[in-house]
Amino acid sequence: MSVALRLGYVPLLDAAPLIVAEAMGFAEEEGLHFDLHAAPSWASLRDMLALGQVEAAHMLAPLPVAMALGLGRSPARFEALSVLNLNGNVIGVSLDLAARMRAAGHGFDFADAYTAGRALLAAARTLRIGVPFAFSMHRELLQYWLGALGAEAALLDIRTVPPPLMAQALAAGEIDAFCVGEPWGSVAVETGAGVLLLPAAAIWASAPEKVLATRAGWAEAEPRMAGRLLRALWRAGRWLGDVGNHMVASELLTASGRLAVPSEVIERALSGRLVISADGAERITKGLIRFHGGAAGFPWRSQAAWIGVALARRHGLAVEAASTVAAGVFRADLYRTHLRAAGADLPSASAKLEGALDAPTAVATERGSLILPADRFFDARIFDPSLPVC
Amino acid sequence: MKQRLSIIVVEKDRDRAMLIVDGLRDAGDFDVMVIAEETGLARRIAQRNPDLVLIDAGNPSRDVLEELALATAPTERPVAMFVDQSDGSLTKAAIEAGMSAYVVDGLRADRIKPILDAAIARFHMLQKMRIELSETRRALEERKVIDRAKGILMRARGIGEEDAYALLRKTAMDQGRKLAEVAQALVMTADLLK
Repeated sequence: MSVALRLGYVPLLDAAPLIVAEAMGFAEEEGLHFDLHAAPSWASLRDMLALGQVEAAHMLAPLPVAMALGLGRSPARFEALSVLNLNGNVIGVSLDLAARMRAAGHGFDFADAYTAGRALLAAARTLRIGVPFAFSMHRELLQYWLGALGAEAALLDIRTVPPPLMAQALAAGEIDAFCVGEPWGSVAVETGAGVLLLPAAAIWASAPEKVLATRAGWAEAEPRMAGRLLRALWRAGRWLGDVGNHMVASELLTASGRLAVPSEVIERALSGRLVISADGAERITKGLIRFHGGAAGFPWRSQAAWIGVALARRHGLAVEAASTVAAGVFRADLYRTHLRAAGADLPSASAKLEGALDAPTAVATERGSLILPADRFFDARIFDPSLPVC
Repeated sequence: MKQRLSIIVVEKDRDRAMLIVDGLRDAGDFDVMVIAEETGLARRIAQRNPDLVLIDAGNPSRDVLEELALATAPTERPVAMFVDQSDGSLTKAAIEAGMSAYVVDGLRADRIKPILDAAIARFHMLQKMRIELSETRRALEERKVIDRAKGILMRARGIGEEDAYALLRKTAMDQGRKLAEVAQALVMTADLLK
């Protein structure tokens, strides 16, 4: 007899590990039944988790960090037990802006963040950009990208637009561009509202996107439950990471009724073959979204520190203290405890230089070695979590 | 301070909005305004500078209000916060009723409580109406499917309506399934064979 565990999610492609773990029996193997609750907004999901309506949730990686820093509403303390996926966001522009960029000679290669960013800033004096939430990688990556290219903060108006309304807002001329998770970027292309400019992975090749969040202390109070949950999700991620399963996964996600998008659109994102414009132009991106491989699920403390530093800079908090607090939100220690026996790749260190790897590189693990994927930033800067002020 | 509190209700559906507004009127003398448009929500609210914003917790635009809460400097208004954190039971009651409330910081809890109590009561009513509506709809849907299944059986086997219904019911009982499920399966199969 399996035990029910209540989990919350927002209907997005990267909620896939939760849906797949239940549908493919990975939860059942661990004696669990996932009682999945869809949330209409991130604010709702945060409140559901804070008030104990769910035990764990699919969550924007910066949200638990922002809460630990006391930014926005923080009804409770959360922590991240694992990273559910790396990357998965896309940046798109309005038809009007795309036409101006093309006229100026931009080729829409959907790969080079330098040329895309320069072309974008050259084509518009001011930019109104939609993101799903104030505390999201969407927002952090945009800020990092356009900031590094010298965009004046005053000319950037980054505002919240709920993902299901993103294409509509673009078509209505309320925003000029967006950064959103799949499938909503493809939906903007399908509805003829916009053109895709860049995968967010071109800004940071291994950005933590969603995490598995719980109330702080839950995993230690319920170690058996936490272990079973982490293992079920890890196996679901491994299944999703297998190219051979992409078609089945797409069908399954649509058929489950949990993502109201055609399976064909989901498969494009899983396989990294996105249609970027209404004329059907296709671009292939390696690592558009990653669920597994290269310790993708490992909650690196340095990832949390990067987020904490970015948030602290924008909101005027003390940077060093923010970096330390943030790093503690990603529970690499618990991940090790619960996934060691399952055979997950566990690196020897819990923090790394972020952005140091230009190509896949072997690093030491607890038992041998593992290949980490490239994790460079588009501007080749390296983030050293031990020197957050630099 | 005897100033009337200003309240914004974010609600697209006119009837539902009216119901909430009526409830608030009964609770006291407030300056209530309804915003039905989702576009430019943050701007509209900022212009109005209300003491309190009420929004359906199921509304995806809630995330827009979160940003509003953050973007404003602590010295300016409105600094929106969720239902006062000091009163956990009120927050819980609001969420269970499907309501989110954004309260301007510094508004005294005793002034907020009667408003929220009234709003929560109305949201409970709305929730009940929603459930009833969906149940009525489902019942109607099931009736339609059963009627179609009966029609298919009558034509295929040359039997009367009552016999067709009896056959459906017997099949459902034998298989331990609901009548509507058996009817649905039959209609789907018939569609496939067309």
